[in-house]
Amino acid sequence: MTESVATKIDPSLFAPSSNSDDTEPCMDVKNLNLFYGEAQALTDISFQMKKNRVTAFIGPSGCGKSTLLRCFNRMNDLVDSVRVEGEIILDGKNIYAPDVDVTSLRQRVGMVFQKPNPFPMSIFENVAYGLRLQGMKKRRLLEEKVEWALKGAALWDEVKDRLNESALGLSGGQQQRLVIARATAIEPEILLLDEPASALDPISTLKIEELIYELKSQYTILIVTHNMQQAARVSDETAFMYMGEMIEFGETNKIFTNPAKKQTEDYITGRYG
Amino acid sequence: MDSNNTSQHISQKFDEEMENLRNQVLKMGGLVEQQISGAIQALLETNAPNAEKIILNDHKVNSLEVAIDEACAQILARRQPAASDLRMVVAVIKTITDLERIGDEAEKIAKMALNLAEDDAGFNSRYAGIRHLGDQVKRMVHDVLDAYARLDVDAALKVVRDDDETDKEYQSLIRLLITYMMEDPRRISEVLDVIWAARALERIGDHAKNIGEYVIYLVKGKDIRHLDIDKVEKDILS
Repeated sequence: MTESVATKIDPSLFAPSSNSDDTEPCMDVKNLNLFYGEAQALTDISFQMKKNRVTAFIGPSGCGKSTLLRCFNRMNDLVDSVRVEGEIILDGKNIYAPDVDVTSLRQRVGMVFQKPNPFPMSIFENVAYGLRLQGMKKRRLLEEKVEWALKGAALWDEVKDRLNESALGLSGGQQQRLVIARATAIEPEILLLDEPASALDPISTLKIEELIYELKSQYTILIVTHNMQQAARVSDETAFMYMGEMIEFGETNKIFTNPAKKQTEDYITGRYG
Repeated sequence: MDSNNTSQHISQKFDEEMENLRNQVLKMGGLVEQQISGAIQALLETNAPNAEKIILNDHKVNSLEVAIDEACAQILARRQPAASDLRMVVAVIKTITDLERIGDEAEKIAKMALNLAEDDAGFNSRYAGIRHLGDQVKRMVHDVLDAYARLDVDAALKVVRDDDETDKEYQSLIRLLITYMMEDPRRISEVLDVIWAARALERIGDHAKNIGEYVIYLVKGKDIRHLDIDKVEKDILS
């Protein structure tokens, strides 16, 4: 048998969405359990996310993927009767430790929702909102930052001549990119995207996906999506969740071609579980 | 994942499409098997009419390849298959390319049969080694189609291994044929025809081996091409 050629060719050459494996861990989830009152919504979830990577969460409705996403900026704290056990370690510190300032945590971990939710104010003010809250007052600085964020969200060219018009006049896809600009303006480290494209048309969806690809050089991105092809396109790692458990977590390339678990296989191939 | 059944999709239409794909490949495989058998038979009997039939039939293999390719493209475009479904489609696209080439090799053998018939040489019993080689590759093709139908990794691995044996058989047959040419230079052209037929058989063995590798990819999700077979076996069966 001739010497292997396959071993000489680096398969990552053919997988542009994958970074090398040596990126440092960004968040470490350890034995996370979440209860809504008596009902357990997340069961013993443990995994590690790497910096500057896109991790997609897939699974049927009610499997807990949005609940899990909301753990990362403690959005679940806003729900009554929620109890969280376990740890999420960000930069060596458990974000559920009692001395953690939730507001500053949410500055580090930005979130975008399924439906674009621009504030009823101008495009400019939408993006400047978080910056003003952070105490930035100088007009020139604000303008610079807003332009930077809008460019980063691939929206600048479309809105630069009407920054003072209401954000509500933008199309759904533009609004969603505006909301992403608003989230990135304050330069979080992590972006949580909860079905960011499910209410958008295919072209806007592709623009958001392209944006995700570009944003990951600066942010670690977690995305919940019902669209499996979208998860396959945008993510480096995929987590499959079912009934509050993380069934499988691994490289997207592997999950979508050769998943290790039968439940994952059944779900992504559209079979009866 | 080992669950490579084509059924149980929520979409029954998808089940049907995948099942149809599988059956078409088996149909193409059956046709190719007939072509090989017929070609070898025509060669051993130097039967010109039968050889011509084989040559004429090759277009059936070709058109099946085109039709299956089209079906695969449709499934990719409309279903965006993933995991085992995706591997099935990828494996089918590759398998039918090899099946089509096997068809071409069978056609080549039939052409050599025609040549020998035209020379009125008859089939010299000294070439009996080709019958043996022919039986061997026929079995490989049969076994690998069986492995595909049953998604049987062990059987596929065996075919991959068998190819070494076929290569050895081919080498020793060629050595023998060369000595015939040296002994009797007047028969060089005749022996060359036999050599071409032997070469075609050896190539059929290679294609069968390739299909065996696709079956393993399909079932196990592991690409074993160009790897050491002993390691592969340990890997896969572990």
